[in-house]
Amino acid sequence: MSQRTLPLLIINLGGEMIYILDQRLRAQDDNDDKTQRGRWTDDDRKRVMNDIVATMFNKAFLEELLRPQDLYSHRALRTVLTRLAHASIMRLNQASMDKLYDLMTMAFKYQIVLCPRPKDLLLITFNHTDTIKELVKDNPSLVNQINEAQRQLIEVYTPLSDGDFELIRHTLLVLFQDMQIRVSIFLKEKIQNPNGHFVLQTSGPVPYGFEVPGLIRYFNAKGQEVRRTRFPSGGNYTSALRQGSFDLSGDRVTILGTNMYNTPSSQEMDPSTTSNSTRKQKQADTTPNPLATEELNLLAKLMGGMEVQKILNVDTGFKVNLLALDQEEEGIGISEGTAHESSRVINIQATQDQIASTELARIAGEFDEGGSLTEGPGNKGDDLLAMMDEL
Amino acid sequence: ISKMYHKEKSIHMKSSASSLYNSLSVLRIAPRCLNCFTVVHANVVNMVSASWDGLNYSHRQLQSKEGNVATSSSLIMQAALCVLPSRDLLVLTSQKGIQMYESDGSIMVYWHALDTPETPTAKVVFARGIAAVREKYICVGVSSGSVLVFDVPGKGSNIILSEVLEEHKEAITDMASECSGNLECIADLVSADDSGLLCVWKSGEDFHLLNKIPGFDTCCSSVNLWNGTVIAGYGTGQIRLYEGVTGILHAEVNAQARWIYSLDFAPFTGLEREELCLISAAEDSWVRVWHVSLTPETNSVEIEHMYNECVTDTQICGAKFCDGDGYAFAVTSYDLSEIIRYTQA
Repeated sequence: MSQRTLPLLIINLGGEMIYILDQRLRAQDDNDDKTQRGRWTDDDRKRVMNDIVATMFNKAFLEELLRPQDLYSHRALRTVLTRLAHASIMRLNQASMDKLYDLMTMAFKYQIVLCPRPKDLLLITFNHTDTIKELVKDNPSLVNQINEAQRQLIEVYTPLSDGDFELIRHTLLVLFQDMQIRVSIFLKEKIQNPNGHFVLQTSGPVPYGFEVPGLIRYFNAKGQEVRRTRFPSGGNYTSALRQGSFDLSGDRVTILGTNMYNTPSSQEMDPSTTSNSTRKQKQADTTPNPLATEELNLLAKLMGGMEVQKILNVDTGFKVNLLALDQEEEGIGISEGTAHESSRVINIQATQDQIASTELARIAGEFDEGGSLTEGPGNKGDDLLAMMDEL
Repeated sequence: ISKMYHKEKSIHMKSSASSLYNSLSVLRIAPRCLNCFTVVHANVVNMVSASWDGLNYSHRQLQSKEGNVATSSSLIMQAALCVLPSRDLLVLTSQKGIQMYESDGSIMVYWHALDTPETPTAKVVFARGIAAVREKYICVGVSSGSVLVFDVPGKGSNIILSEVLEEHKEAITDMASECSGNLECIADLVSADDSGLLCVWKSGEDFHLLNKIPGFDTCCSSVNLWNGTVIAGYGTGQIRLYEGVTGILHAEVNAQARWIYSLDFAPFTGLEREELCLISAAEDSWVRVWHVSLTPETNSVEIEHMYNECVTDTQICGAKFCDGDGYAFAVTSYDLSEIIRYTQA
């Protein structure tokens, strides 16, 4: 519908993906289990992060995203994000990628649903770019790349009206309609109900530019206020906070889009509070946050057996050796509405990444050499994929 | 008048509601007996005819059809059941154009294609905003700001586009017609857009612009017209009541904590004043019922809050009265596959 949705979709979803992968790779490093076949060092983690971020914020890649176009289908979207995840020395098998995709889409859906004003979608996006910048801050050229991307986003999106942003939001909501995957961390933090719907608070600050419900004002023919009455609003609303910054850097005010997997102090799941909230902060903890990592345990186990080979040729990559699991972690429910088969036990076979890369190569091979804009849904994203091959 | 409502048995739909302004449309087929509801899901319209107690209902899913294409994937922006003196029509607006069906969705009687550019541009094209005006007009808004006026005969498919009204510069969001039957009312139609601008029109062979009420760069997502009074809901969660022809602001209500998605009213006449029940709904999960009274002699308007209903954890996108006096209302929300109903206790 809106032709300006794709960049926000990729950057926000990519951002969530980066948060999850970064957190998982850090947890690998902390893992003292010497029986694991391979270990991810902090240098490895940084390399993976740098490679993925460099791909995501590549100039040509972004230019392609920013071109006015329809949104990709879920299938094309997943292919692009899989490519992004595999931009470095790390490989995920199908099941891991499925899980990752579910997590990142539900996280972004949560942010869209709770987005107070349509324009705040941009602040959520900037929270992602800010946090990613922080993750790769040791790499100045990468930081510059992200800044450049942000400048382009500012240029394209700040002139848009509220109606334009509402249309973007509507387009995203159509894409995510009926996705009700239950996410353990969301369930435990009480931001998602057991039926998969998100919890919507009827309290907290109203969005910027809004008035707290409860007042009726009457005016005379000259436009002067002559009387006011009040009514009970039912909720527990407070005045709006200051507006978030739409600049290259600044206080975004909303915490939607910040890294919720970060240890340990971002236990604040209530997006109506700011990052400077006076609510009780959990004590600084050097061990990974158990609640945050619980959801990702499966991913950890799946990635645990990775062999770290310091090779230069990325094509041979790493074979992902996976452990057969006897028991699935509780709570990762998958609702009937999704395409995945619901199963409480997931047995993962050891796979080779060649299967995955063959499929991607095949999809990339379907790219129309002419490079013209084609209408077919199967062609969406092909330009992007081909470009990613060249990066 | 104190109205308290309680929840009735919900009506289930085959698919969930999309997040669109004014997403629910209701036709009262037989008062207190039968209602027909339409709710949009992407490129499909869920149509449900339900008995008053909600226990008996039948479904139909209408796929968007455009031109020669059997089913279209273009998204529907709005579906509305339009009541004209001689016939009822179901009107769908989408990215590609406007479709009109017999009110049971059985036969398409008219299709109007919008001019869509060859290659995608930043400015998206769609139709949105539907109103049945006076005896024979159906007016539909477009994303460019144009309002298309269609002349509809008493029966048959000889519908023609009779006029294009160009006043709005931003995408039309909603439109409403005067249906009080009060012949003293000059204004027949009000149109609203993304900038909050309201245009008040008189219908006829040529529609005539009576007034323009500027917005404050805040989207007016839902609008109603009753006895010359414009009742408008905004993206700031506010409701404003204007005198249509003069643009005088009677009252402003800080009504909701999120973007208002739906406003509807059920009129009934008091002895000296015109009174109506108004219902507002927003993404903040609240449905609110108000009592509005207009006193023509003093040209004054009074709005009084009557009732709150929190539809927990939902982003409401449609709320409509099911009958003429506000006895019952129905609610639809994003991602929900049910029409939730409430009746007076």
